[in-house]
Parts: sequence; C-alpha cells; structure tokens
Amino acid sequence: MQTTARSTAMTNLLDQAPPSDKPADKPFESHDYAIEARGLVKRFGNTLAVKGVDLTVPRGAIYGILGPNGAGKTTTLRMILGIIDPDEGVRRIFGEDRPQRIARRIGYLPEERGLYPAMKAPDAIAFMGSLRGLPRAEGHKRGIAMMEEYGLGHAVDKKIKELSKGMAQTVQLLGTLVHRPELVILDEPFSGLDAINQGKLEGLIRQLAEDGTTVIFSTHVIHHAERLCSDVAIIAGGQVPYAGSVEVARDRLPPQVRLETKNESGAWRDALPASATRDGGAWVFELPESGIEPLLRALIEGDAGIRSLSIERAGLHDAFVQIAGEAAAEAMRSDAPAQEIAA
Amino acid sequence: MSSSARLSLWQAAWVIARRDFTAIVFSKVFLLFLIGPLFFLGISAGGGYVGAMAADSADDPQLAIAFAPDANAAIEQARDELEPLVGMPEISLVDRADGADPRALLEDEDRNLLGVLSGSLTDPLLTGPKEDVERWEGEVAIMVGAARGEAIPQAKIEIDMTDGAINRQTAQDATARAGIVMLFMLTIFLAGMVLSNLAEEKGNKIIEILAAAIPMDAVFVGKLFAMLGVSLVGLVVWGTAAGVILLLGASALPVIPPPAVGWPLFFALFVIYFAMAYLLIGSVFLTVGSLAPTVRDVQTVSMPATILQLLIFFLANFAVGQPGSALEIFAAIFPLSSPYMMVARAAKEGVLWWHLAAIAWQVLWVAIFVKIGASLFRAKVLKSGTAGREKGAGRKGLLGLFGSTSNQS
Repeated sequence: MQTTARSTAMTNLLDQAPPSDKPADKPFESHDYAIEARGLVKRFGNTLAVKGVDLTVPRGAIYGILGPNGAGKTTTLRMILGIIDPDEGVRRIFGEDRPQRIARRIGYLPEERGLYPAMKAPDAIAFMGSLRGLPRAEGHKRGIAMMEEYGLGHAVDKKIKELSKGMAQTVQLLGTLVHRPELVILDEPFSGLDAINQGKLEGLIRQLAEDGTTVIFSTHVIHHAERLCSDVAIIAGGQVPYAGSVEVARDRLPPQVRLETKNESGAWRDALPASATRDGGAWVFELPESGIEPLLRALIEGDAGIRSLSIERAGLHDAFVQIAGEAAAEAMRSDAPAQEIAA
Repeated sequence: MSSSARLSLWQAAWVIARRDFTAIVFSKVFLLFLIGPLFFLGISAGGGYVGAMAADSADDPQLAIAFAPDANAAIEQARDELEPLVGMPEISLVDRADGADPRALLEDEDRNLLGVLSGSLTDPLLTGPKEDVERWEGEVAIMVGAARGEAIPQAKIEIDMTDGAINRQTAQDATARAGIVMLFMLTIFLAGMVLSNLAEEKGNKIIEILAAAIPMDAVFVGKLFAMLGVSLVGLVVWGTAAGVILLLGASALPVIPPPAVGWPLFFALFVIYFAMAYLLIGSVFLTVGSLAPTVRDVQTVSMPATILQLLIFFLANFAVGQPGSALEIFAAIFPLSSPYMMVARAAKEGVLWWHLAAIAWQVLWVAIFVKIGASLFRAKVLKSGTAGREKGAGRKGLLGLFGSTSNQS
C-alpha cells in the first residue's frame, strides 16, 4: 500500500479544498490518486440526490463510503464509474475522465446483483471478464480456479439459477475480480451475506489491498469500515461532510475517560470536568486538554480510591455521530440488519 | 493485461452478441422457433401434394362418342393420331343407342363426361356444358374431319423458345412485389423479438454491469446483431426446407423470367436488404422496448410497432407500382422503407450502384438509430446527466460507432 501517498490525503478534504461555485473548473492536482471527484451533483427530477461531492481516493487504499440508505452512496459510485454522468462536476479514475476508457483496470460489483440465470457459474465469471477485455477461455479457466479456491468447486457445473443467493453473490464477486483489476468498487458488498461469508469477504478485501489493489466499498455498517478501511468518506443527505483517514476522523473527538472509584464523594470530585456523566457505576468524561497526569494526581490526593481508570479512543461510530449527526447515525443503525450490527 | 484501456465498440458488441446468440440458439425454445414455420411449410407442401395426388387419381372427364361402331372406330383412330399434335380430350366409345338422348347420357352419375358427340360423322352433334363445349369445339371438329379422311393441314415451323408464357416485365413486377411481401413477412415475424430484448438485463440488473464496462452503443449493437444472427439461422433453416420442397415440385413450377440483376445477385441482395430492414426496424424497436419500464409495457407497444411495419409495407407496396414517381423515390430514400424498395428495384432495374449507395445510406441510419437509442436509454432509463468530463473533452458522437473505439462513457 502506498502509505506515503495516502498520508497526504489524510487531511479532511473539506479543510483542504475551499468551496467553489464551479468545482469542475479546478484542475486535478495529481494522478497519484485512483479516484478524484470534484463537485459531483446529480438530480433525479426535483430531487437533489448528490449535492457537490468531492472525493480523493489514494491508490492502494481500502476506502469506505459510509452513509445510511438513500444518502447518495450508490449514485456517487455510479457517477464515478461512468454508468451515469453527473449533472455537474467532474470525476477521474487513474487520471481518465471517461472511466470506460480504462474499463480493463476496474472491477465493479453493483448493489443490486445481476447475473444471467441460465448461465453456468464459470461462464458467468468469464462473461464478466470478457466485458473487461479478458479472453473468454482464460476467464473460464480462471473462473473455475477461483471457484475452487473460494469453496465453490462443487458448483462449477451448476447454472446460476441453481445456486443459493449467497453462492450467486460470491460468483458475481469472482466475476468482478477475474480480470485482476487495479481498482475494485464494491457497492454494499456485505449486504445479504451471512456472518461467515462477511468474514471471508473482509479477508478477501484485505488480500486485495495487500496485493496493491485499490478497494472502495460502500456500506451502511460502520463496523466493516472500521475494521477494514484506511480512509472513509461519510455521506449524509447527498453531501460529504468528511472524507479522509479513519484515524483523523477518530481523532476529531477527544479520548473518553472512564473512572470507577471506591469513594462516592470527596475533594477529588472537584477535579472532574463539569461535563462528566455517570454510566452505571462509573464516571465518563472527555480527557481534559491538560492531560491525564494532573487529574490522576488530584484523584490520588483527594482520596478517590481508584478502582479502575481507562482512556478510550473514540470509535468511528462516535466520529460518524459527531460528523454526520445523530439522525444519520440512527438511520444507519435502523438500516443495518441485526447480524451485520453484531458482526 | 494492457493498461490501455478497454474493448473497442465492435469487440464489446461481439461479447454481447455472442452471449445473446448462444443463449438463444442453445435454448429449448429456439427449437420451437425453428420448427413453427417448418410446420407451416410442411403442412402447405403436404396439402399441395395430397391435393395433386387426389387430382391425379381422379378420372379425367371424357367425351362420349355415340356414333355407329365403324364411325366410333374411325374417331378413336383419328384421336390417337392427333393427340401428339393437338391436345385431345379423353374419349369413351358408347353404344349409338345410348347417345339417342345426349343430355340424359351427360346426367348419368356413373359416367364422368364432359360432353357427348352423337349423330354421325357427316352430321355430328356436340352436347355439353358451355365451358367444355367452347374448350373442345375446335379439337372435336378436327377429330371428326380426320375420321372422315380429310387431310390434316401441317407446316414445318422453326422454334425460338423464350422465357415462357409469362411476359418478362410482368414477371419482374411480380418478383418485385413478392420480394417486398417476403421481406415484410420475415421482418414482422422476427423484428418484433427485439422489443423485449433488454427486458432481461433491466429485470435482473445486469444492465449495471454492462453500463459500467462498455458503451451502451455496444450493448445495442451487440443485441441487434445477435438477433440478426438468430434470424439468419432461422432463414437458412426455413430457406433450405423451402428449397427442398420447391425442388421436389420443380416440374410443376412455371419458368419465371429472372429479375433485372439476375437470380444469384437478387438472392444476395435480398439477404442484405433483409439484414438492413431488420437492423433498421430492430434498432427502433430496441430503443422503444428499452424505454418501456415493464414487460407489460413492452407488450403494449408491440401493437403500434406492428402497425408501423404495416405502414411501411403499404408504402413500399404502393410505391412499387409507380416507378420513377416522387413517392417511389421517397420510399427508396426513407430509411425504414428503403430496403423494401431496393429489393423491388433489384427485381426491376439492373443498376448496381443504386444498391451500393442504398446499403451505405441504410447503414448510416442504423448507426443513427443506435446512437439515438443508446443516448435515450442513458438519459431516460439510467438517468445520466451531461457533465462529468473536464472542459475541452468533446464527444465523438456518431463517428464513435464507425471508429475502432467509442468515447461514450
């Protein structure tokens, strides 16, 4: 992975790029990015689905696009891929503003899965590869090998309509990867998969990134992004209030201190911030700007009787709530099936 | 893998066409598609054969000869001598007494008579229905004369055999009309299939994968050519079957004067114009079908689509009878009717450059229809916008269809 390149992109793009009335007029800065998008706008009738999205995806990154259903994730990906053109703004993949011109370098798994039901599984994989320039015979050979590698060897002679939904999804994923693309775009790839297959997919995404492939996926399940992504874009209401590194997103919130004491009262209570709240038997509050040492000293001198004290870094969920708002976070929670939340 | 890029438009169209063609041709339903018209051909041929057999097995009506026995014998000899020279009716010698009432003899249900020749050689009477009497009157007179011993006038005549009884111009006109009818029948049977051609991709969302990888123009072109290939397979099968049937009945066929460009070129041009008619109307139907939101809507638009084909057929059929008129020229130029008119012209006129120009013109319009269809699909179904590229990056437009690659994304 190109961590050097990525580090330059880790700052929030909203801070980096001042808003402009004509973002498309601004030249792109570098071709070191897998994807660059400026000011993407898309209307469907009277509905403004995407309201000026800016994205910069470093090469080699695992990049998550986070947001509740209807936030504009799929529309943004479709514009980036060139399936549809935006009403305003420009996008480039590997420096090319017509993504289909470099179709061989891209793999795409759409949110709504689609395969020809009468095709045999390896033929379906080969067909998807041939759309991206892979000779059919080679695609067929690779398709069989990939199916065997991913535990579907028993299904190589089966037609798509004879496979379970999860197996068909896996076949389509293999079809997305069969031509060995440099950039893989997955729209809600975990949707519809059971916990075991979600785990397998996470492993596959990590493997792709280790091999130098840039992976972008959209999800409304924060845990997947938190576990996998180096960078995320948070989309809410058709806008991107944050795009950048997961670490930077988490660092936007101060760490949380969790304190349990033997004594309920005493002079030590004066050392706690005014915002401290009770959570069960513990006090919870943000780490003071002065750091932990003065607080610790006051607690000891004030005879608090410390049972436990932990400093917890903010999670991506907390960052999401802070960035996108509680309403968007609540929408994400209600969108996510129980098993995905559990995962 | 090459970092340059992508399949050309024609490579991408080939991927789509190959998938569609094999999916259709290797399906069980395709057998039904092939067999359906063969049933029609078979039943028609079988019906004709059975009818011919029945006609052959039935006794031909005869002319009853009711003279005195020696006169009957003279008539029989005269008939046998004249038969090779002049077509003579079959005769049946009857007793003179039976001919006393010729009308009663004619009504005898046990006999199949076209007439009765009674009286005597010097004073013969021919009795029979008006049509038969008028048909055989002359031959009977010659036969009676020969039986009397009169000399039969004969002269040596040189023979110069021409195309046959049918006038060349009339025959070419008939060939022109038959060509139009055949073209119409084939396109109305086959072109309607493309209406629902994108329904599968729209229904199961494969269209997203296609649209992300290749230009929509290529999807349209691929689907059109796949269906054309399917139609040509059908044509070959049905044409072969029809050819076999025609060969079996070749002796019964009249000699038809060749069309103006000759039979081989006429058949070649017919296939080309069938392809062009199919691609032209198919590209329009594919667009209309692709814009219909549901399969039910596709079914609903199939009737107006059929009416459109009928209108084109009527235009061509009417215009072919007015050679050189403004209407005929319009029908030859109007893209959708042009293949029909050019088939007719191949039958009636031998100017070959017209066909080269017409085929180029029709190819251009197929490209225009495909481009418009793909653009409408992107705008209306995929809801594509108009931006996305940096300033100065223009579109190739229609030229993209003819180049090695297309710029449409």
